[in-house]
Amino acid sequence: MTTESGPAPKSGVAEDVQQGPRVAVSALITNLRDYGLILALIAIMVFFQFTTSGTLFKPVNLSNLVQQNSFIIVMALGMLLVIVSGHIDLSVGSVAGFIGALAAMMMVIWPLGPFSNPLVVSIVCLIVGGLIGAAQGYWIAYHRIPSFIVTLAGMLIFRGICQALLGGGSSVGPLPAGFKALSSGFIPDVIGPLTLIPPTVNAAGKTIVGSGMTLHMTTIVLGLVAVLAYAYFGLKARRTREAHGYQAEPFTLFVIKTLVTSALALFLVYQFASYRGLPIVLMVMGALIALFVFVTKRMTIGRRIYAMGGNAKAAQLSGIKTERLTLMVFVNMGVLSALGGLIIAARLGQAVPAAGLGSELDVIAAVFIGGASAMGGVGQVIGAVVGGFIMGVMNNGMSIMGVNVDWQQVVKGLVLLGAVVFDVYNKNKG
Amino acid sequence: MASTILEMRDITKTFPGVKALSNVNLRVEEGEIHAVVGENGAGKSTLMKVLSGVYATGTYDGAIVYRGEECHFKGIHDSEHKGIVIIHQELALVPMLSIAENIFLGNEHAKFGVIDWNANETRTSALLKKVGLKEDPKTLITNIGVGKQQLVEIAKALSKEVKLLILDEPTASLSEKDSQALLDLLLEFKRQGMTSILISHKLNEVNRVADKVTVIRDGRTIETLSKKDISEDRIITSMVGRSLDDRYPPREPKIGEVVLQVKNWSVYHPIHAERQVIKGIDIKVRKGEVVGIAGLMGAGRTEFAMSLFGRSYGRHITGEVLLKGKPIDVSSVSKAVDHGIAYVTEDRKTYGLNLIDHIKHNITLANLGGVSRHAVIDDLRELAVANDYKAKTNIRSSSVYQMTGNLSGGNQQKVVLSKWLFANPEVLILDEPTRGIDVGAKYEIYTIIARLASEGKAIIVISSEMPELLGITDRIYVMNEGRMVGEMAASDASQEKIMRAIVRGEGKPS
Repeated sequence: MTTESGPAPKSGVAEDVQQGPRVAVSALITNLRDYGLILALIAIMVFFQFTTSGTLFKPVNLSNLVQQNSFIIVMALGMLLVIVSGHIDLSVGSVAGFIGALAAMMMVIWPLGPFSNPLVVSIVCLIVGGLIGAAQGYWIAYHRIPSFIVTLAGMLIFRGICQALLGGGSSVGPLPAGFKALSSGFIPDVIGPLTLIPPTVNAAGKTIVGSGMTLHMTTIVLGLVAVLAYAYFGLKARRTREAHGYQAEPFTLFVIKTLVTSALALFLVYQFASYRGLPIVLMVMGALIALFVFVTKRMTIGRRIYAMGGNAKAAQLSGIKTERLTLMVFVNMGVLSALGGLIIAARLGQAVPAAGLGSELDVIAAVFIGGASAMGGVGQVIGAVVGGFIMGVMNNGMSIMGVNVDWQQVVKGLVLLGAVVFDVYNKNKG
Repeated sequence: MASTILEMRDITKTFPGVKALSNVNLRVEEGEIHAVVGENGAGKSTLMKVLSGVYATGTYDGAIVYRGEECHFKGIHDSEHKGIVIIHQELALVPMLSIAENIFLGNEHAKFGVIDWNANETRTSALLKKVGLKEDPKTLITNIGVGKQQLVEIAKALSKEVKLLILDEPTASLSEKDSQALLDLLLEFKRQGMTSILISHKLNEVNRVADKVTVIRDGRTIETLSKKDISEDRIITSMVGRSLDDRYPPREPKIGEVVLQVKNWSVYHPIHAERQVIKGIDIKVRKGEVVGIAGLMGAGRTEFAMSLFGRSYGRHITGEVLLKGKPIDVSSVSKAVDHGIAYVTEDRKTYGLNLIDHIKHNITLANLGGVSRHAVIDDLRELAVANDYKAKTNIRSSSVYQMTGNLSGGNQQKVVLSKWLFANPEVLILDEPTRGIDVGAKYEIYTIIARLASEGKAIIVISSEMPELLGITDRIYVMNEGRMVGEMAASDASQEKIMRAIVRGEGKPS
């Protein structure tokens, strides 16, 4: 085929073929661009570490940071798929609020007997979330009603139901301790704590500051195992690529990347271990992030969502059932909104009418800061997660600094605009 | 003889890589109906865009002399100001506005921005009377048929005090009756002294109304015929009379049993439910055979192919599809693909590619199952597949990680082809496979088609380029107005024969 004679093909060669060294350089630039967001997060963290005189990275604050923002990140995972498929979901905050109210009513008010068990309630709530997603997705996918409108309606409807369920302005609680552990619990230390510095008690009977340092060993062991697994699988993937004769990324780049990531992870793990260990909600979030990275990068359904967002007509003409896929994206969003609602309720220890109010905007902002395109087809899970953390760290840092809530909003708005402008500028240049 | 109203001298218009017009001359006398004919892509529409200022002065070479003065139109407003109005093939009406609002859109009778509706509607009524429409000026455009919409366009042109009316394929989507009415109206305008330029494929219409015919082929003026010389045969010869170059790879067809058979296929328009777009088509394709479907734009070829491919076009689709003698269900794209049917679209950017993703992901999209296990994609296998097809179809790019949006037309087409080759179909429908790509890439596409046929695939090629069909197919169907109006072995076929089937089969049942 390639050796066919014929009119000498000229077109396209010049613009399509790049030269060898340029490939390496452009690969480096692409990589830098990919890490740009993470570098921005680190820069923001370092900035607040200084301006809050070291409070940001304190073990207690890190746990708080995770517990306050995990629901945004959990919902951002669903929102990423929604936005990649070319849609938007404005209802997630209201759905989260409604599910929190539903969970509280089931556990506290309604006489459900054994069914008021937190685990049963959580499962029911996730199913209800999925059904809500299906109900909204149905109109969007099969009747082509713009998602903006359908979910705007959903936003009003579910906020209303949430408030009605809770009987006007009142809150429902307290929620059982077993349920609250979802947000405020830590993994149990099955290995047992390691005492680094035994606590010294002074004359007044108080523990001296700086003494009494123990490490949550299960956290340390889990952290080490995770970091080793990360390095091992990274290396293995490289080997397989090379064995098949494909070029992997430069080895030095790989080593630096692995070392930096590992060091950062170990530092965080150490901080958590020196407090009460890993928060349960962090484990849930971590597992979900891993799952969604896998789904978007490696699974056919993930690929199809990107194709649909990139060109829905072409995807449909390639045999992809775009309607069903859209429905599934919204079902997934509904389930994750419900999980977000459970996390909020568990953190507050009660259901309040304003739970999750306005959080849809934080979630959407996280996804866009993370580099997703409003046109669909473009966006990464890790980007959305980092975007969520950027928002979270700014909230947290500015609160510690004592910045007025009004001005916090202004800063967040500017960061959102700046991030997207930077992204668009970069793409036009590249 | 009347005086010359318009003269276009040595018009040359170049697009990047293509010379659309070279030294075209057109001379139109005052008060005549002047037809401009030529094949699709001959350059007729480009010439009219030059004339009406869509392509501003300076973007082309040559001169436009209108009523004795040389004109330099910077935009469509300049030409309209002088009384030159063009009505495009795709009507430029806003469906949800009324007739009156459309006619005076951008040109409303208004004082300080406040519209005087009475004045607008009175004038609209007068204009509608001129074109023989009895509709209320307040009727919404969406509520009147295409034929009447065409008349509204003409009324709109009249409202601009038109002196030279240009109609681009005005009857392409009209019924026989509406077409006749429109042509009568043109003759009436002529009696009133208006000059018109009519662009048309339909030689019987040209024959009926035109005083002069200018034939354009490959961006050049071939000749201008006056009334006494106009005959269909003469025009056809002039339209297609180019020599067949040796631009096609040789192949020895090995034709087997019938693979795909379509019986009595009928399709209605997706929006205008009463309009039947495909009218009872029967076709057969054999193993190893390349079958062409010839026809002009708007004949319904793409609509036929897309309706066959998972009902991607139209409504109320009836008919039977048999694969190797057994009826199959092609009611969705995935079912059609599962049965081994593939459709390579004519519009690769809109329907074929995800332009913001790279080559590798585009190639495997229609057959992700082929590179995955338990819905998990094997990255290395996918890469191997993509590299394999990149080599097989000779896609020129730095790697399979290049965005398809940055590729040239020919390479994009090879990516779309690769996608469908990887889906391993038995029947491959190629819709205008070489549209908008250069000669070298065309040859490569022909070679791929020849190789696929020799591998035993059944191939349908839809093309508006007749030499291409004659060069690469074994058998040619001719389609017109939703019907098959002719079928011939490629060895017996000629451009004249195809063109005759089209223009003489007009409206005739097959």
